[in-house]
Amino acid sequence: MAAVRQHIWASAIGSLVLGFLYAPILVLILFSFNDGRALSSWQGWTVKWYVTLAQDRALWDAAVVTLKVAVMSTGLATALGLMGAIALERGRHPWLELLLALPLVIPEVMMGVAFMLLFVVIKLPLGLVTVTLAHTAFNAPVVMVVVRARLRRLDPALEEAALDLGASIWQVFRLITLPLLMPGIVSGSLLAFTISIDDFLVTFFTTGPGGTTLPMRVYSMIRSGVTPEINALSSLLVLLSISLVAAALFQQRREVAR
Amino acid sequence: MHDCRSSGASRWCYAGSLLWGLLAVGLPLLIVLAISFATRETYGWIRWDFSLANYRDLLHPLYVTIVWRSCAMAAAVTGICLLVGFPFAYVMARSSPRWQSFWLMMVLIPLWANFLVRTYAWIFILRTDGLLNTWLMQMGLIGEPITFLYTPWAVLIGLVYGYLPFMVLPVYASLEQVNPVLEEAARDLYASWWDLFIRLLVPLTVPGIIAGSVLVFVASLGSYLTPDLLGGARTMMMGNLLQHEFLVVRDWPLGSAFSIVLLLLVMVALWGYRRVTSAAGPQEFIR
Repeated sequence: MAAVRQHIWASAIGSLVLGFLYAPILVLILFSFNDGRALSSWQGWTVKWYVTLAQDRALWDAAVVTLKVAVMSTGLATALGLMGAIALERGRHPWLELLLALPLVIPEVMMGVAFMLLFVVIKLPLGLVTVTLAHTAFNAPVVMVVVRARLRRLDPALEEAALDLGASIWQVFRLITLPLLMPGIVSGSLLAFTISIDDFLVTFFTTGPGGTTLPMRVYSMIRSGVTPEINALSSLLVLLSISLVAAALFQQRREVAR
Repeated sequence: MHDCRSSGASRWCYAGSLLWGLLAVGLPLLIVLAISFATRETYGWIRWDFSLANYRDLLHPLYVTIVWRSCAMAAAVTGICLLVGFPFAYVMARSSPRWQSFWLMMVLIPLWANFLVRTYAWIFILRTDGLLNTWLMQMGLIGEPITFLYTPWAVLIGLVYGYLPFMVLPVYASLEQVNPVLEEAARDLYASWWDLFIRLLVPLTVPGIIAGSVLVFVASLGSYLTPDLLGGARTMMMGNLLQHEFLVVRDWPLGSAFSIVLLLLVMVALWGYRRVTSAAGPQEFIR
């Protein structure tokens, strides 16, 4: 009897919390298919808001900027993160470790402010370049953490064997270390890519002409009022980031299973 | 052999990483620190000198109120996340392995959905003519719409919604380590439900509770988007004040001093967390 009651309690708590976490997003997606401007009552199915989105030039421009920033910053962050992971894992540098991990704990709003001031002080005009650099800076530690976890489980004997057999350091890195780290690099950069696409706050502070990303567009749309188009755009963004992260997780799981 | 490898490639990696750390982390923070001691000139530009005037200005009741409000809001969010997150984490930890990975996945997914969109979802629901008011009125529970949006309550809901997973994950990790046999033993000894909770589960999961609380507290303290979109003028938090000083008033020295204070608050929370978790293993909390 007690067990049954416990089970009911468990199910109730579980479904309440999951409902709280998911209902807002699901409602948002559902109403992006709602026919009619009335935002709070269901009027029937439509995809016209998605059609409207597709015809919005400014939105396409923002999507292109977002993609450019995400691709470039992910590339740079991956290179830096890999470098940092090797440096920290192959030597003892507690202070460097603290420095590199700092962006993971600093409030994002402060990161945004600090980068804005840096760019102003070195007189780099705010825009696409500054947004990309700022994204690189907060994404590199993310890649570093993921790659480092992988590097830690790497058997050093593999690299040593290659060195003993006369491979150069560069050959060892390219033929042994890099391929073995690849799963970590892939999932780390997928996470970085997702964070870059979704970032609002740091972009908000470091952006300028030519640096308007999709979240910036969404923000200004929200500011000027709730519309079904925002629901449609929001749904697309949510599906995009969730599928990217699912890909990253899947990549990691496949590795664990192997 | 080992030396050969570390002397070559990893030394280059070290030099490169050091450069990265100094340029991308050290330099921006130093600039903020330097500007926090500078003076504001007309047209929003700054004069480089050394004064503590900005920090003194922060003692103005208006700013103190905002710091106090941010800390109170962050504490309330942390408390609610703990109240909601602990039972949920317990349910997770006591389900079968297959279900555990399902729950884990379900908690992680929202964390990766765009934060801006997740906040917008609450605007959509809480607006005066939003879903919640419409449903409540259709059910006849209320006569006219209630103002949910642009109140501290909306900010509270938004922050709890945003950061609940930060609490659930570490608490779950701790609870999962607690051997269920201990609970059975306690029950056999006629421990009540409440005793089980207060004298067994909570003491054994203190590290997870603290980790979750620090994560939620720090994230809430530095929040910008949630109070900005869901709150009104009366719910301005530290993040909003920062944005206001930098982009609206353009008083960079004062804004910089304020961000140093925010950073210090975050560092104190993290330092306290490190101290508590490294000083005492879970066993030491059992009496």
